[in-house]
Amino acid sequence: MLGLIAVAAWSVLYVEHNGHAVTGMNNQIVWGLPHVFAIILIVAASGALNVASIASVFDRKAYKPLSRLSGILAIALLVGGLLVLVLDLGRPDRLLVAMTTFNFSSIFTWNILLYTGFMGIVGMYLWVQMDRSVHPKFVKPVGVLAFVWRLILTTGTGSIFGWLVARPGYDAAVMAPMFIALSFSLGLAVFLIVLIALYRLDERKIGDEIIARLTHLLGIFIAAAMYFAVLQHVTNLYAAEHSGIERFILREGGIFTTLFWWGQIALGGLLPLALIFGKHPSNASSRAIVASILVILGAFAQLYVIIIGGQAYPMEMFPGYEITSSFYDGAIASYSPSFFELSLGVGGVAVAILATGIAAKVLRILPTNLADKKT
Amino acid sequence: MSPKDNFVLPDLPENPSRRGFFKSGATAVTLTLAPGITVMAFGGTPASAAGADAGKRWGLLIDVNKCAKDCTACVTACKDENGWEGHGDPEQNSQWIRKVTMRNKSTGHETQMPVMCQHCEEPPCVDVCPTGASFKRVDGIVLVDKHTCIGCRYCMMACPFKARSFVHEPVNNQKPHAPRGQGTVESCTLCVHRVDEGRIPACVEACDTAGHGAMIFGDLNDPTSDISKALASYPSVALRPDLDLNPGVRYANL
Amino acid sequence: MKRLLTLVSLLFAVLAQPASAQDGGWLYGPTLPEATGDPHPEGNDYMRKYHMELMKHDRDMTLRDGDREIEASLKECFDCHTVKDERTGAPVTYEDERHFCRTCHDYVAVKVDCFMCHRSTPEGFEEPSPLHARLLDLSTQSELAKVENYIASLETSSDQ
Repeated sequence: MLGLIAVAAWSVLYVEHNGHAVTGMNNQIVWGLPHVFAIILIVAASGALNVASIASVFDRKAYKPLSRLSGILAIALLVGGLLVLVLDLGRPDRLLVAMTTFNFSSIFTWNILLYTGFMGIVGMYLWVQMDRSVHPKFVKPVGVLAFVWRLILTTGTGSIFGWLVARPGYDAAVMAPMFIALSFSLGLAVFLIVLIALYRLDERKIGDEIIARLTHLLGIFIAAAMYFAVLQHVTNLYAAEHSGIERFILREGGIFTTLFWWGQIALGGLLPLALIFGKHPSNASSRAIVASILVILGAFAQLYVIIIGGQAYPMEMFPGYEITSSFYDGAIASYSPSFFELSLGVGGVAVAILATGIAAKVLRILPTNLADKKT
Repeated sequence: MSPKDNFVLPDLPENPSRRGFFKSGATAVTLTLAPGITVMAFGGTPASAAGADAGKRWGLLIDVNKCAKDCTACVTACKDENGWEGHGDPEQNSQWIRKVTMRNKSTGHETQMPVMCQHCEEPPCVDVCPTGASFKRVDGIVLVDKHTCIGCRYCMMACPFKARSFVHEPVNNQKPHAPRGQGTVESCTLCVHRVDEGRIPACVEACDTAGHGAMIFGDLNDPTSDISKALASYPSVALRPDLDLNPGVRYANL
Repeated sequence: MKRLLTLVSLLFAVLAQPASAQDGGWLYGPTLPEATGDPHPEGNDYMRKYHMELMKHDRDMTLRDGDREIEASLKECFDCHTVKDERTGAPVTYEDERHFCRTCHDYVAVKVDCFMCHRSTPEGFEEPSPLHARLLDLSTQSELAKVENYIASLETSSDQ
């Protein structure tokens, strides 16, 4: 982990010194791999808090022991994601400007407030759960606040794209709920993997029943995420003005088409659903891990198609006309990510994992024994 | 001698001793009055207005029929004036203005015209900028405040005209009136440094010099200006009119 | 305790010496290049302390309000505060440690952000490529050519 973080840090310094010219991003593909990683981490962060919310807000007692890990993971993933986002800025030395000068008509500004607020609220959530001097009656109200806040936060994240009128691949109200649904499935997938991994590493017992329940929940969330994705594309297909972008993503987009069908739909949707709801004899843990990995890969594909595919397809400045220019108008843009972008994204993931691992070691967030109750 | 002997309270920003000498009495009057009043007092001529005037709205009218095929005078003039000619990867070089060739898919008819920042009345780039670096001046010119720009490129995602460019490499030898640097976003400024002095943008001047006269620059709020009279006489459109952004740049005979 | 107090007060006395290049030099500190033209009416110490506040205020007036009548722009500074290379007579850019702003700012280790976007020499001078800002890979022909061109440009300007 530390090695990956060191490589990421070196990448950032190299890019800052030489300019973004050394990355694969350009004036056509403005946001690249770092943004894909960052959005994945941020969406996963808001979703990872779900398990705690189910326990506190929806009063499912079985999930209560998992709430603390859920909170810690949410903060760690968010920090990782924000780190990637900030370090990719053209002028990250101006972070203080971004934190003090606000333009409230920009969803980005609201996101800055939502993200930092999220960390504060989840911190408070953890505190009311973990501090023995605080009465348990505070857990539910803070839990409700955290749950509502994270829904607003994920709406904000989806609206980064949903509120862009310029590009046909965005400009849709369905972006916000689609991101919320994605956060549910992706967040739970990440949580499951981290939970099982931490228990295995520490040789603690974790029962199959709790894993099976979480996996079943994951299946429902995957279905919800797929519903919104299908809704987005079917709606776009219906409108003649969006037929171009849909043809691009669904049929003629090369890498984007492959990622959409094989990545998002197959790996991220159909395969894990078959695994979870099918009659496979595999044990609960391996089923959970495989399904979760598939969901993560699928989410990665989905966000790559959304973020980069949405930019690769040219803007329709003159519907009905073919346009060409020296600025690549009308041309489908190509994107080859550089090593620096990959290492920055991976570095963000490494920071999140490292933070979670350290927290699990140092703080009392994991129950020592989650084995099934013996009846 | 103690440090306290050298301590001086900062002067108020209005203190004239810091401002150097005034060029003329008219300048003094101009500075002390609000810009709107200045326009009314001096008859609204551009040369006497000091700075952004809320009574004006600057715009461009581009006659696509007069735009000569394969002529790039406007692009070259903008490069010379503002110094954005890049020597790196063409996909990463800045382009404040470019010639776009349009071919009607059904009829095969081709036209060309320059496209630059449209200086919208409701600019999406201004809405999405997290720090407010992308802003619209009171006279309608949309600019990037590079002191505040953090280089997030959200405005580039939001612009419906692909007007904005990101500076991917370290820059120096900038034009004194057009600072630009690595890590910030830039776009056509409507030659604001010229407009503030009462001149016209470099692209318009170059088109006139080349003999095509396809671009007219002027005050859209002034019904007696050349541009307003032209807009009233023959049909013109905005690009992407369905977005309802009311740009300051219009195209005739598109 | 008494010795400590004496030592500390001696340190204070030494460190509290006024900063004024005109008084025949600092006790320790940077050597500032001579400026040309008239001195600032507010005084050098005022300028040293408040130049950033003045510039920040003026830049917003110029950029947002379009006020270009202010005669205190960054360009104006270089009318008097240009440092020329002794051999070639060409003004030095911010990349050179002899640049006026760098003589102080390097000493106090305060980063100057201005010249990432603004030019650091008077108008009309062709600044050479920003060699320092990039990790040079002299194995590539284009990089080598850039260095050779730069050296050649120094030599030709000294011939004039």
